[in-house]
Amino acid sequence: MVAPLPRLGGAALGRGLVTAYLSLIVLIPIAALVAKSTEGGLGEFWDSLTSPLAVSALKLTLIASVIVTLVNVIAGTAIAWVLVRDSFPGKRILNSVIDLPFALPTVVAGITLLALYGTDSPVGINVAFTRAGVVLALLFVTLPFVVRAVQPVLLELDREMEEAAASLGAGPLTTFRRIILPNLTPAILAGAALAFARAIGEFGSLVLLSGNLPRTQVSSLFIFSQIESGNTSGAAAVSVTLLVIALVVLLLIGRLTHWSLRHAR
Amino acid sequence: MPASRTASRLGLRFFALGYLSMLLLIPVGMIFYRAFEHGAGAAWDAVTTPEALHAFYLTILIAAIAVSANTIFGVGCALLVVRTKFRGKALLNAAIDLPFAISPVVIGLSLYLLYGREGWFGGWLLDNGFQILFSLPGMVLATIFVSLPFVVREVVPVLHEIGDEQEQAAHTLGANWWQTFWRITLPAIRWGVAYGVVLATARALGEFGAVAIVSGRVTGETETAPLWVWREFGQFNLTGAYSASLVLAMLAIGTLLAMNAFRRKEAA
Amino acid sequence: MGISIEGVSKKFGDFVALDEVSIEVPDGALTALLGPSGSGKSTLLRVIAGLEQPDGGRVVISDRDTTDVSVQDRGVGFVFQHYAAFKHMTVLDNIAFGLTIRKRPKQEIEKRVQELVRLVHLEGFTDRYPSQLSGGQRQRMALARALAVEPKVLLLDEPFGALDANVRKELRVWLRRLHDEVHVTTIFVTHDQEEAMDVAEQIVVMNEGRIEQTGAPRDLYDHPKTEFVMGFVGPVNRRGALFIRPHDLEILAAPALEAEEAMIERMVHLGFEARVELLLPDGEQLWAQMTLAEAELMELRDGQIVYVRPRRAKVFEPNGEPSTQELAAA
Repeated sequence: MVAPLPRLGGAALGRGLVTAYLSLIVLIPIAALVAKSTEGGLGEFWDSLTSPLAVSALKLTLIASVIVTLVNVIAGTAIAWVLVRDSFPGKRILNSVIDLPFALPTVVAGITLLALYGTDSPVGINVAFTRAGVVLALLFVTLPFVVRAVQPVLLELDREMEEAAASLGAGPLTTFRRIILPNLTPAILAGAALAFARAIGEFGSLVLLSGNLPRTQVSSLFIFSQIESGNTSGAAAVSVTLLVIALVVLLLIGRLTHWSLRHAR
Repeated sequence: MPASRTASRLGLRFFALGYLSMLLLIPVGMIFYRAFEHGAGAAWDAVTTPEALHAFYLTILIAAIAVSANTIFGVGCALLVVRTKFRGKALLNAAIDLPFAISPVVIGLSLYLLYGREGWFGGWLLDNGFQILFSLPGMVLATIFVSLPFVVREVVPVLHEIGDEQEQAAHTLGANWWQTFWRITLPAIRWGVAYGVVLATARALGEFGAVAIVSGRVTGETETAPLWVWREFGQFNLTGAYSASLVLAMLAIGTLLAMNAFRRKEAA
Repeated sequence: MGISIEGVSKKFGDFVALDEVSIEVPDGALTALLGPSGSGKSTLLRVIAGLEQPDGGRVVISDRDTTDVSVQDRGVGFVFQHYAAFKHMTVLDNIAFGLTIRKRPKQEIEKRVQELVRLVHLEGFTDRYPSQLSGGQRQRMALARALAVEPKVLLLDEPFGALDANVRKELRVWLRRLHDEVHVTTIFVTHDQEEAMDVAEQIVVMNEGRIEQTGAPRDLYDHPKTEFVMGFVGPVNRRGALFIRPHDLEILAAPALEAEEAMIERMVHLGFEARVELLLPDGEQLWAQMTLAEAELMELRDGQIVYVRPRRAKVFEPNGEPSTQELAAA
């Protein structure tokens, strides 16, 4: 492999610059975070994590994120299916719209949902300051992940496998269960992992929807309130916990995906 | 085709369209409605106040700086990862993907800790007159953090795909590394870069949580557009909030269109 | 019994893939659908399978009108050019698939799969995944999979098209032997005339959505009904209205009755054959085929002037039956 950079010197310089940039922007701040969280020793770390508010926030965060991930797996796969296999006027526009939650600032997402499902709701549904509202906001921001993960795989899927199954007597449901789904599973898992990681950290869309009530306060809001009240080490402890959970999930799913691709061409 | 097949196809279509309408399409439509509820004039006035204009200006400025930095980093890093050998690539990739796994408030907190009075860098910087927190540099750093992965992630596969044969040919013809990069590599990866830039820009424009913490949210000084929207909504200036949201939504839609256009060019 | 296709038509947009096609396939026969790309042969096969719906006409399999029957219920075995292997399942599970979804008892499935594995010589490969097999092995697995559910008809769509030349030749022989053992009505699609002539008992030559001719390989070669068939089924020279097979072009050292003067442009030695490329005075080019021994006997050289005449030639009247001209025996 020929490096376009002048010989070894250039490559080493490049590596140095990249490492410096990453360290300055990402790694050192994270290190500072971890340091602060364990500043008072593990005892204080544990105390911060087990305060009633922190616990209820974490519980809500995890439960809501799991629910949202499951809904996304089903709805996301269905939507990807319709976008790839079906055809109807406006499908192209719909396909572009899927990415809107990704492009929209999260606080605007919150306002958008409140416009329809908030206190002035024209359809009489008001989820402001409720846990349902939290789930709704998370569904909004995590929409693209499973859809975009499944779409390309579905597009590339060998249609002849389905025809072969049909010629062997398999009905559409059997074909879906035994042929299509197993081939989509790695992509679904990857999308689900990203959706989960996003959901547990979501902040902007929840800031307006959940008010400041303990029963609708997720961990990210808890962290924010702790910072505002000066308890930065407590905030840091919960932050590190969230970070570790996200990393563990991403790693696990990465392994699972790798394993389920073991027979790939 | 058997009737049951058509029924299930229509059923699935109905479900998908219904879900998307209820969750996405109708709520976004409501923004348009609410913004103009009191007339286009009121909407215009609300988003053209000095504070609002400053907020938009700040948002765009920060995004421009952050995305530029990440583009240079992204292309350079991609070249490094794809075209050179070194140990620790897995670690590098993990570090690059880190922003995807971290909540924006956690990012904000980590910067707050690092550059605060008590922080590792904060003390020295403040003593020497460098204000990072509650000022532009901090907000830029936060935005760079959150939008870091996008350009790298889009350029890496493109570099893999085009292979280095063209670059080798250029070398045999006497081109040095800059000429090769500028005339051969960059043109070949331009759509990957464009797509990555659009994604990074979308993320940077929309950043909220991290900037909320590091900026101190001083109106007219360190308030970006999303933060301004938050304030307006909190103070019940709904027309202002909705109108600004509309502007941001239109920016987002513009980003979507760019994404679409570049995605197709990238695939071609 | 057997298969009967009656007046089947199929269009894709403006493109006419099949134009009122009718053929009879005898029960138990091994038939080839032969033709160039776009001739409609694959479309016809897929219509028989039920993977495409015809715009008009009937498909009758074993005396049962299956035109409206879904592909699942037709009892056809289909083998694809690119195998369509279930890549997430082992070879064993692939072959067992048809039986598994019919909920046959485990023991029965195991027994049948083992039989088939032996039949296609894939012993020892049952726990592998398709990605770990060679192309030829994957195709044999696909065949076993199709045969597992005892189909009434076996349909193969350019089954050896994706394989190397020698693997192709091996599998041709193997397919014939398989057909001798298993005796199921088999139709396969190919654009390779050598393959069709080698394997099939009956060949259906197709062109532009229509049937040009149906018959045994020998018949098509010796008695082609149209120019197209003659040219497709074997090599041909054209001299005015005469169509001459290269091995029917006689080369003489001295002038003779009915013989034209020609110059040998080039002699090519292809193993056991010699190919003599000839240039006639009016600029037309012909080529003759003879054994190396014959060529050496005549001491033919590049640049030599010789005299050529057809031993046998065909003439295709626009409205009538083709006729054969033959030289009186020398």
